[in-house]
Amino acid sequence: MRISACIKRVPITGGRILLTEDARAINTQHLGFTMSPHEECGVEEAVRLIEANKGDSVVLTLGPREAVEQLRDAMALGVDRGIHLQTDGREWDGEATATALVDAIRADEADHGRFDIIFFGNESADSGGFQVGIRVAYALGRACVTGLKKVTLQGASVRCEQEVEAGRDVYVVPLPAVLTVKEGLNLPRYPSVPGRMRARSKPVSVVTPIRPDPRLELVSLAVPAGQGRRAESLGSGAAAAPAVVELLRKAGVL
Amino acid sequence: MSVLILTDGSDASRQALTLARRFGDPVHAVHMDAVAPFAPDSLAAILQQVADELNAAAVFAAGTDRGNEVMARLAARAGLPLAANCVAVTPGAPAALTRLRWGGSLLEEARLHSPRPLITVAPHTVSIEEGPEPIDVDVARFVEELDERDLLVRASDHVAPQDGGVSLTTAKVIVSGGRGVGSKEGFAIIEELAGLLGAAVGCSRAVTSAGWRPHSDQVGQTGTKVAPEVYIACGISGATQHMAGLKGAKRILAINSDPQAPLMLNADYTVTGDLKEVVPAITAEIRKRT
Repeated sequence: MRISACIKRVPITGGRILLTEDARAINTQHLGFTMSPHEECGVEEAVRLIEANKGDSVVLTLGPREAVEQLRDAMALGVDRGIHLQTDGREWDGEATATALVDAIRADEADHGRFDIIFFGNESADSGGFQVGIRVAYALGRACVTGLKKVTLQGASVRCEQEVEAGRDVYVVPLPAVLTVKEGLNLPRYPSVPGRMRARSKPVSVVTPIRPDPRLELVSLAVPAGQGRRAESLGSGAAAAPAVVELLRKAGVL
Repeated sequence: MSVLILTDGSDASRQALTLARRFGDPVHAVHMDAVAPFAPDSLAAILQQVADELNAAAVFAAGTDRGNEVMARLAARAGLPLAANCVAVTPGAPAALTRLRWGGSLLEEARLHSPRPLITVAPHTVSIEEGPEPIDVDVARFVEELDERDLLVRASDHVAPQDGGVSLTTAKVIVSGGRGVGSKEGFAIIEELAGLLGAAVGCSRAVTSAGWRPHSDQVGQTGTKVAPEVYIACGISGATQHMAGLKGAKRILAINSDPQAPLMLNADYTVTGDLKEVVPAITAEIRKRT
């Protein structure tokens, strides 16, 4: 079986977001990077499915040169190889990202056969467009189920549990399919040292798609004004307990 | 020119309606339950046909899971861009809009270049304005003509939520623990206080990643978004990932040994100190008084 997972490099923002001078991006000078949390679960699921069913797995990303780090992270978890859609670091909108991914997926499938499942995160941590996986599925003419917390193969179909307000809705769709997943689908493994070593020599092919003018065009970013919270100290240590209980009483929850 | 909205009758949908009215008049509505059980491609197919027939100036929906999903499917099949989770929009060519990034930790000003703007409106971000009610579209004709392919993805069963514990989404009080709790066993004092308050137990992403609590307890951008009367954050640093889940909390009490932790600076009330001393002291104080 063939499985792929699509991921996005995002900064680890920590406690306070600082913007660049032109306010068009996050100032990442002092930040580390990771793949979006939902996608990490997509990668883990891809690795588990290949471990259980044999076959090969591919991780794709569209991003700057440095995004190869996130491809290596995915390969350290067990993915076999990577495809890097390399950009100059400018923002790509969801529509353009999906188009470039579809081209790369079609090219890979022409050489190696169809992916049974393509995993996406339900939405990226940064731009949160909620659309790339769905657009790719539509372009490839495949079924797409979103927001998944559980995925089970059933022969030539896949059973999917989607998180809804009260419980989960179940979908059963035929393969090949595109599945967008949420954190909580699984608990991603911690990459082992041998896994990291192996990842260094796994193949990554690079393509450089041309960026079309975005139709959803970022103009600027802003940090929203605080909610007017001004912390009132109730004291230190165990001695603060009476003040806390008084607060709970006033709030009507005790 | 008319405008089309996908609605489920919720406040989030009425917020979307408030912004939709700025794009034209009248507003026509397709209901989320037009196809039951839920089949998102079918709804997208119906929206596309109705929008074409009405020559709708724009299509709106609430930025809920389902609203975003159906609108993304509409965008894909219509070959149009989609702006998800907007908080403000101004019609024009291009349309100008403000949307949420990072689960609401950042605002993005953007231009949407599209002959038919597709927009979802972030829940709880817009004040509902009264105005003419939308006209319900008679969808029977479209439902009859649905293509089989658009019914392939269809909810066929439902799994009820597990256990009878206090739900994070509806809890009036949440006692939540972060990395500072130190271990899986460390949550015993959190659970004890929560039990006494009839509160739900929450946690940060660091805790679920460490395997100390199930992901269903996680509060934050990729966990549950909560709206309690009181949120008690114990040993949580307050990364943006966590704060994105707290926007609906009325009062935040932070307990942390580091007074400079972001959550201590963004809380309403703080207690500086080791949660392993403070939390049991609060529990004992409540017991003493009752």
